Amino acid sequence: MQKEIIIAGFGGQGVLFSGQVVAYAAMDSGRQVTWIPSYGPEMRGGTANCTIVIADNEIGSPLVKNPPLAIALNLPSFDKYEDTLQKGGTLIVNQSMVDRGAKRGDIHVILVPCNEIAEEIGDKKLMNMVAVGALLTALPEITLKDVEKALEAHLPARHKHLLPKNYEALKRGFEAAQKIPA
Amino acid sequence: MTRELWKGNEAIAEAAVRAGLEAYFGYPITPQTEVLEYLSRRMPELGRTFLQAESELGAINMVYGAACAGVRVMSTSSSPGVSLMMEGLSYIAGTEIPAVLVNVMRGGPGLGNIAPSQADYSHAVHGGGHGDYFPIVLAPASVQEAIDLTVLSFDLAEKYRSICMIILDGSIGQMMEPIQMPEMKPIQRKDWEWATNGKMGKRERRILTSIYLDPYAEEVTNLRLLERWKHIQQDEVRYKEYFLDDAEFVVIGFGTAGRVALSAVRAARAQGIKVGLLRPVTVSPFPHKVIDELVQRVQGLLVVEMNTGQMLEDVRLSVKGRVPVEFYGRLGGVVPFPDEVLSEIQRVASSRLSLEVNPREEWFERMMAH
Repeated sequence: MQKEIIIAGFGGQGVLFSGQVVAYAAMDSGRQVTWIPSYGPEMRGGTANCTIVIADNEIGSPLVKNPPLAIALNLPSFDKYEDTLQKGGTLIVNQSMVDRGAKRGDIHVILVPCNEIAEEIGDKKLMNMVAVGALLTALPEITLKDVEKALEAHLPARHKHLLPKNYEALKRGFEAAQKIPA
Repeated sequence: MTRELWKGNEAIAEAAVRAGLEAYFGYPITPQTEVLEYLSRRMPELGRTFLQAESELGAINMVYGAACAGVRVMSTSSSPGVSLMMEGLSYIAGTEIPAVLVNVMRGGPGLGNIAPSQADYSHAVHGGGHGDYFPIVLAPASVQEAIDLTVLSFDLAEKYRSICMIILDGSIGQMMEPIQMPEMKPIQRKDWEWATNGKMGKRERRILTSIYLDPYAEEVTNLRLLERWKHIQQDEVRYKEYFLDDAEFVVIGFGTAGRVALSAVRAARAQGIKVGLLRPVTVSPFPHKVIDELVQRVQGLLVVEMNTGQMLEDVRLSVKGRVPVEFYGRLGGVVPFPDEVLSEIQRVASSRLSLEVNPREEWFERMMAH
C-alpha cells in the first residue's frame, strides 16, 4: 500500500500542521510516512503546501507529481490541484474559500464548507481539522480514532484543552464529506 | 522503541548531541538553519558550547581550534557557506585532526537558490579546499540515515584523524520522517596523543600545524594522508542495494536522487523490467568495487543525479568502458519525479546501448530537445 496526499492553502490556514497530524496518525498506526513542506520561494505570495506519503514499505520519492488525494483550502490550491490530481482521485475542497464547482469529471471533488463548520464549533482555526476529517473518508487506511490518538499523543501539553473541539472538527468534517455522493 | 517524527535538520542536531558533540560553531543559512536554531537551545541546556560566529570563516576556524583540543566538534552550513569554509577545511585536513561538517546543499553556483540540490558532490568529494587531501563524505537519503551517519561521522573522523563531511540536500533537511534516536552518550573527551589540550607541566609539548616549509616533510605528510586514505577505502565503503540479484540494468543514485530512483525502479519492476538500484552511502570512499562486480553481470547502468553528472565521472572510472553508462540529471534545485526516472529506465532497457557515446552529452541533447 502507498498513498500520497498534498495539502495546500494560504499560510496561516494550518496547512503544515494538518499534514503533520496525518503523518503522526500514519506513524502511530505502524506505517512508513514522509512529510515534506514547500519551503522558500514557493511559500512567497502566501501559499503553502505539504506532501505526505504513507506506505507499508520503505518510501522512495517523498514528492509526487499526480497525487491520488489532496486538500485545497483556498481557490489557488483548488485550481492547481484539480489539474494535477490522479484520475479517479479525491480532492477535498474548502467550499468556504472557493466560488466555483469542479471542472473535471474524472475525479471526486468533495466540497466541504470548512470555515462555517469550524465557526459553528466555536473556533475558526479548526477549519484545517474539518478538512482532515473529510479527507479520511477517502483514506480508509487511517481512521478518525487514529487521528484522535495522534493528536492526544503529540499535541503540546499547553494545547491539550483544545482536544475535544479538534475531535469534534474531525468528526464534523468526516460526516459532511460522507453525505456527498461519490 | 517508540518512533518519533523528526525533521532532518533537527534530527542531525540531536543525533550530534547524543553522539557527544561538545562544541558547535555555525552561521545561519537556508536550508540548514534549523540545525543551528535547534542547537542554540539544546547545547546551553546541557552546558555545552554553542556559538553563532560572525561568519562561516569564523565558524570553521573555531571548529579548527576546538578540534585541536580533542573536542568533538561540528559545523553545519549550506552550499555558499561551505564554499566560505574551504580554507579552514584545508587547514584542518593538513593538521590531521577530526572534524565534522554538514552541507545541506542548495541550488548553485553563486547565490543560486534554496531548493534541494546535489551540485556540491565534486566540491565535497574531489576537492573543496586546496592541497592533497581526501575527505570522508557520507550521503544520507532519509532522516534516519542522516541520524545514523551523523553518529558515525564523529567515529570515522576520530578514527582516521580526518574531515568527515555529510552531504544532503535541502529536502532531507526539511522533511519529517519517523525515526529512532540513538541513546545519549556522555561526553568523553579522549586524551588523544595529538591533542593540544594543555600539558600541565606533565608531558612533552605537542605541536599541531599544517605548515611544512620543507617540501620533503610535506611530501611525507601527503604520503601519510594517502596511506590513511587507503585504509579508509579498504574498510569504510558503505552502500545500499535494491533488487540487484537478477538485475539486467542498474540505476545508481545517491541521497534524494537515489530514493526517487527507488520509486522508479519499483514501478519498472512492476512492468517486468529487471532493474535494480545501487545507492552509495559513502560517496567518498566511493563503492568502486561493487560497481566493478556489477559490470560483470549487467547490460547497462543509468546514473541519476541532481547535478550535471558529477558522480557519473566516478561511476565511469569503475566501469572502465566495459558496459554502457547512461545519465539522467535535473539541475538548479529541481528534484526529479519518479516518472521521469521511470521513462529513462524504459529507454535504457529498450534501446540498443552503445559503449561509444558520452552519457553527459547524450543527456544534454535530450534536455535541450525538450
